[in-house]
Amino acid sequence: MSAIRREIADCVVHGMTGNPLRDAPFASGESAICVWLRVQTMNAGFGRNMEYKRITLLSGHYGSGKTNIAVNLALDMRRRDASLPLAVADLDIVNPYFRTLDSKAELEAAGIDLIVSRYANTNLDAPALPSEMYRIIEERNRGFVVDVGGDDRGALALGRLSGKILEEGMYDMLLVINCYRPLSRDAESTVEILREIEEAARLPFTGIVNNSNLGSDTTAETIISSLDYAREVSGIAELPVVLTTIDENVYNKYRSTLQERIENIFPLRLQARPV
Amino acid sequence: MAEKVLMKGNEAIAEAAILAGCRHYFGYPITPQTEIAAYMAKRMPKIGGTFLQAESEVAAINMVYGASSAGVRVMTSSSSPGISLKSEGISYLAGADLPAVIVNAQRGGPGLGGIQPSQSDYFQATRGGGHGDYHLIVLAPSSVQEMASLTIKAFDLADKWRAPVMILADGTTGQMMEPVSFDFEISPQPEKPWALTGTRGARPHNITNSLYLSPEVLEEKNFERYRKYDEIIRTEKMAEEYRMEDAEIVLVAFGIAARVSKNAVDAARKEGVKAGLIRPITLWPFPSDTLLKATEKARAFISVELSMGQLIEDVKLSTECRRPVYLCNRAGGMIPLPDQIHRAIMEAHSATAPGTSVSFSSCNKEDK
Repeated sequence: MSAIRREIADCVVHGMTGNPLRDAPFASGESAICVWLRVQTMNAGFGRNMEYKRITLLSGHYGSGKTNIAVNLALDMRRRDASLPLAVADLDIVNPYFRTLDSKAELEAAGIDLIVSRYANTNLDAPALPSEMYRIIEERNRGFVVDVGGDDRGALALGRLSGKILEEGMYDMLLVINCYRPLSRDAESTVEILREIEEAARLPFTGIVNNSNLGSDTTAETIISSLDYAREVSGIAELPVVLTTIDENVYNKYRSTLQERIENIFPLRLQARPV
Repeated sequence: MAEKVLMKGNEAIAEAAILAGCRHYFGYPITPQTEIAAYMAKRMPKIGGTFLQAESEVAAINMVYGASSAGVRVMTSSSSPGISLKSEGISYLAGADLPAVIVNAQRGGPGLGGIQPSQSDYFQATRGGGHGDYHLIVLAPSSVQEMASLTIKAFDLADKWRAPVMILADGTTGQMMEPVSFDFEISPQPEKPWALTGTRGARPHNITNSLYLSPEVLEEKNFERYRKYDEIIRTEKMAEEYRMEDAEIVLVAFGIAARVSKNAVDAARKEGVKAGLIRPITLWPFPSDTLLKATEKARAFISVELSMGQLIEDVKLSTECRRPVYLCNRAGGMIPLPDQIHRAIMEAHSATAPGTSVSFSSCNKEDK
């Protein structure tokens, strides 16, 4: 655990031994939703059992795939429980394009609330946050997947909520990484982004999602070559790689090769692009 | 970076500029080109370069003037309203024969308009934009790979011709992510004996200037510059021809519009209509001879654009009224979908079918 991470955790969660965020995530104050999801996920999903906390935050370098992963995780939660109250919250204050709003119809059909600035996908280019963002910390009977804006600048908005999120202790903050993005080509530069985000968000990460891909050029080899990188990031950051996300078309094409090498695969259905 | 990376178009421009030896970037934020500035802000300090966020677009373009005068490779980027603000400085660059690379990631207009993609700065880019008799060399990428390759080309052309070069991109090509390879051969930068590098007492001092006290001298400067432009027109035109071997219905489109048009060409071909696409890569100089040659087999031309009929003027000028020219467009930040273009192809196909009475001399066959 880095100094800054320890500092952040210690100053908010008092009187708990060990790492309250990682060693004993379900220790005390475990909410009903958390227990429920943990039990249900034992036999479900791909590879390792995916355990969802009440709040799942997706953060990382811009263009790393956070939005697509957020939508897919929310839909996965819904598949596991048809009636659990769920919401996707979009806290992106950086990018006015490619927002969770693009998946509005799909989320609504699945009974998942979408909390997003009314100005997303419009011509108003203002770093606006949704006024309903406080539901994330107030509605404790609801599961939330939060799409945080890219880089440290985007994560700044999360700082508003981080105290309450740490206090409750029922969250996962996942760093989405892609070694084929130019500014996160190696483990060191990726961890640099991680530190910057933690500092801005005032919230420590709990895991890593390896979303390394080359867009339309992605093959099994593309993903397999990224595994060492993900392990290296994991080693330096002292965080587990909880998921390896793969475009479902790529996954279906190379299923056996990929399954042989990777145990925590999560196939992604990507949002449709107009061109 | 020999292997491919996954990049936004804007990032590809920034990385390619660095690869081309650009160590000076001056800009002012505006969507949808922000990633260029953000990328430069991250990278430049690490490679001994200068990233400077100026106090305004006007300041940024004049910093470009200064850096270019000093002989270094320099770039600025903006989006439509910001380019309007830079226009005075761009005219000064042209008037002082200074090389520079200017990126315009176009957005919907006029005025503040919107942040969605557009091509409605076509006139501004290809006719000069600022005041006075001048042209910019204008390059129009239509993929992330081309955002990279044309940026490197832009620096070479700017130095070769001592002229400002514009990369005319748009909100979509800037934002979309594609795999891109940076396996480029970088040619050495040419000597710049005209640059303001200090005389060290060894040579007469150089001046970069667009003010001429004598109208006779200013006229001669203009004549000289236009002789240079004639040479550029003669040697630098670039276009891609797609399924043009026997094309009867010829789409003309650049940038993002050309990508959508290719889908429509393929769809029309499947139905037996001989459609093709000419994609101008240089918008100035415009590849007019490629279009004129296409009139031999073509029955009609369709200008596909994200504007209210700007590219169509160059299509008409190039084809010399030999064939009808139709317009297929969206505006204000909207992109024509393959269906709309496909419909336009089919309409042009039936309107110009042998035996139908169509006036081939008409240049006003615009159609939505």
